[in-house]
Amino acid sequence: MSAEMKSDLIALLKSIAPEVEESGLQADRPLRDQVDLDSMDWLNFLIAVHEHFRVDIPEADYRLLVTLDDLVAYLSRKRTP
Amino acid sequence: MIEFRLPSLGSDMDQGKLLEWHVKPGDAVKRGQIVAVVDTSKAAVDVEIWQEGTIAQLLTQPGETIPVGTVMATLLAAGEVASTMPVTPVPPVAPALGPAQAPAMPGAAPSSVLPALRKPASPAARKRARELDVDIDSVTGTGPHGAITIDDVEKFARSAIAPVPVPAMRTVQSAPAVSVAAARHAEMRKAIAAAMSRSKREIPHYYLSEAVLMRRAVDWLKRENETRPLIERVLMGALQLKAVALTLKRFPELNGYWRDGGFQPSTVIHIGVAISIRQGGLIAPALHDVDCLALPELMRSLADLVKRARAGSLRSSEMSDATVTVTNLGEQGVDTVHGVIYPPQVALIGFGRVAARPWAEDGALRVAPVTIASLAADHRVSDGHRGALFLAALREQLQHPEEL
Repeated sequence: MSAEMKSDLIALLKSIAPEVEESGLQADRPLRDQVDLDSMDWLNFLIAVHEHFRVDIPEADYRLLVTLDDLVAYLSRKRTP
Repeated sequence: MIEFRLPSLGSDMDQGKLLEWHVKPGDAVKRGQIVAVVDTSKAAVDVEIWQEGTIAQLLTQPGETIPVGTVMATLLAAGEVASTMPVTPVPPVAPALGPAQAPAMPGAAPSSVLPALRKPASPAARKRARELDVDIDSVTGTGPHGAITIDDVEKFARSAIAPVPVPAMRTVQSAPAVSVAAARHAEMRKAIAAAMSRSKREIPHYYLSEAVLMRRAVDWLKRENETRPLIERVLMGALQLKAVALTLKRFPELNGYWRDGGFQPSTVIHIGVAISIRQGGLIAPALHDVDCLALPELMRSLADLVKRARAGSLRSSEMSDATVTVTNLGEQGVDTVHGVIYPPQVALIGFGRVAARPWAEDGALRVAPVTIASLAADHRVSDGHRGALFLAALREQLQHPEEL
C-alpha cells in the first residue's frame, strides 16, 4: 500500500521535475533539499497529489509535508476515515 | 501585399529556425493569431501575426534558419485582388537572406550569425533532416546541381554520430537527440552571454536595496489562502509582481526602453518574469498588463507562463515586449539580488528570501518576516534619488496587500 503510494508520488514528482531519479531520493529527508523545487513547482506538485489521490490539502498542513515518508503517512491518514 | 516578417523575439535573439506553419495559403488570419512555431536559441516560440489578411504565399520552409526581419510570408489585405499573386510556385530554396533588418545589438552579434546561402534540398530531404535532427546546411548534396537528397541526409546523420559505418539503428536515433540537447544548452548560454555582456557594457547600472517588512503581506496571504481551494492559491511571487506593477505607474522612468540614444517610456506595464529552466539557463517572458490584473487572474497567468516557459511553448509577444523585469531569487535562499538589466529595458527589481529577521519597531526589537527588495536601474534614465523613492513606495505598497 505505502510502497505503491510512494511510487505514485515519485511519478507525480517526475511530472514536475523530470530529472528526478528514484534511486537518488531518501524518503526520510526533506524533499525540497533533494529536488530543486521552487514554490510554484511545490504548489503544482501538491495540486497533482490532490488530483491523483483525491484528498484535500489545506495550507495549514503544508508544514506536515516535508519528506516523502511524511507525504505517505499524511495521505494514508487522510484516506482512512 | 502585406509582408509578414520574423519578429524579434528578445534582444538576445537575432535568428530563428522555422519549425512549422500553423497556416497555409488561402487561410484568413486575424491580429494576435499564432501562425508559426519558431525555435530560438532559448525556446520554441509561438509566433503571432499582427496584421489581418489572407495568406498568399509561405516563403520560409520548416527547418530553415532565418535572420530576424526576413519576410516569411505574404498576405493579401482585405479587398486586395488575388491577381497580384505570382503564378509561379515558390522554389524550395525560396527566401533571399538579405537585406534583413539588422538587430539592434551593436557589437553583440557574433559575426557568423547569418547562415550561408541556402542549399537546394527537396522538401522530403528537409523533412527527413528534421526527423533526424540534422542541420541541413551541414549536409553535402549529391543530387542534381548539388541538391540534398534523403540519402545524403541519412548518410550525414549516421556519420555524425560514429565514424564507424553501419551502426545499429538504435544508436542512430538516440545519439543525435543527446547532442541536440547539449547544443541547445550551449546556444542558450551564448544568447544569455550576448544579452548580459551588452547590458554590462552599455548600461551604467546603479543598485539600491531596501528591507521590507512582510508581516502584513504574509498574514494576509495566509488568511486568503486558507479559504481558497488548492488550485486557487496565490503565491507571494504574484503578490510582489502586482505591488511592483502598481508602484511603477508612479515611476515611468523605470518602465520602458533605452533606444536610439534616448529613453522611451512605456504606457503599459509588461513585467518580464525571470524563470530558470530546469536543464540550466534562464528566460524572462512577459506577463502583460500586470497592473490591470486581479490577483487570482495574475496568479493563473503566472502559473501558466512558468509552465509554458519550462515546456518551451511561449508566444512571440511574450518574448519581446517586457518593459521591466522582476527576478525572485529568494527561493534559493539568497538575501539580496543585484540584478543585471535586460536590454533595452532600464530597470530590474529583485526580491530575496522572505525570512524571519530581527526588526526594530516602536522602540522594541521583534522577530518578523522581512525581505530585501532591490533595484538595478539605468543611470542614463533615472537617478538614485528617484530609485530610492521607488523602493520606498514599493515598501509602502506591500504594507497594503488588500489593495493588490
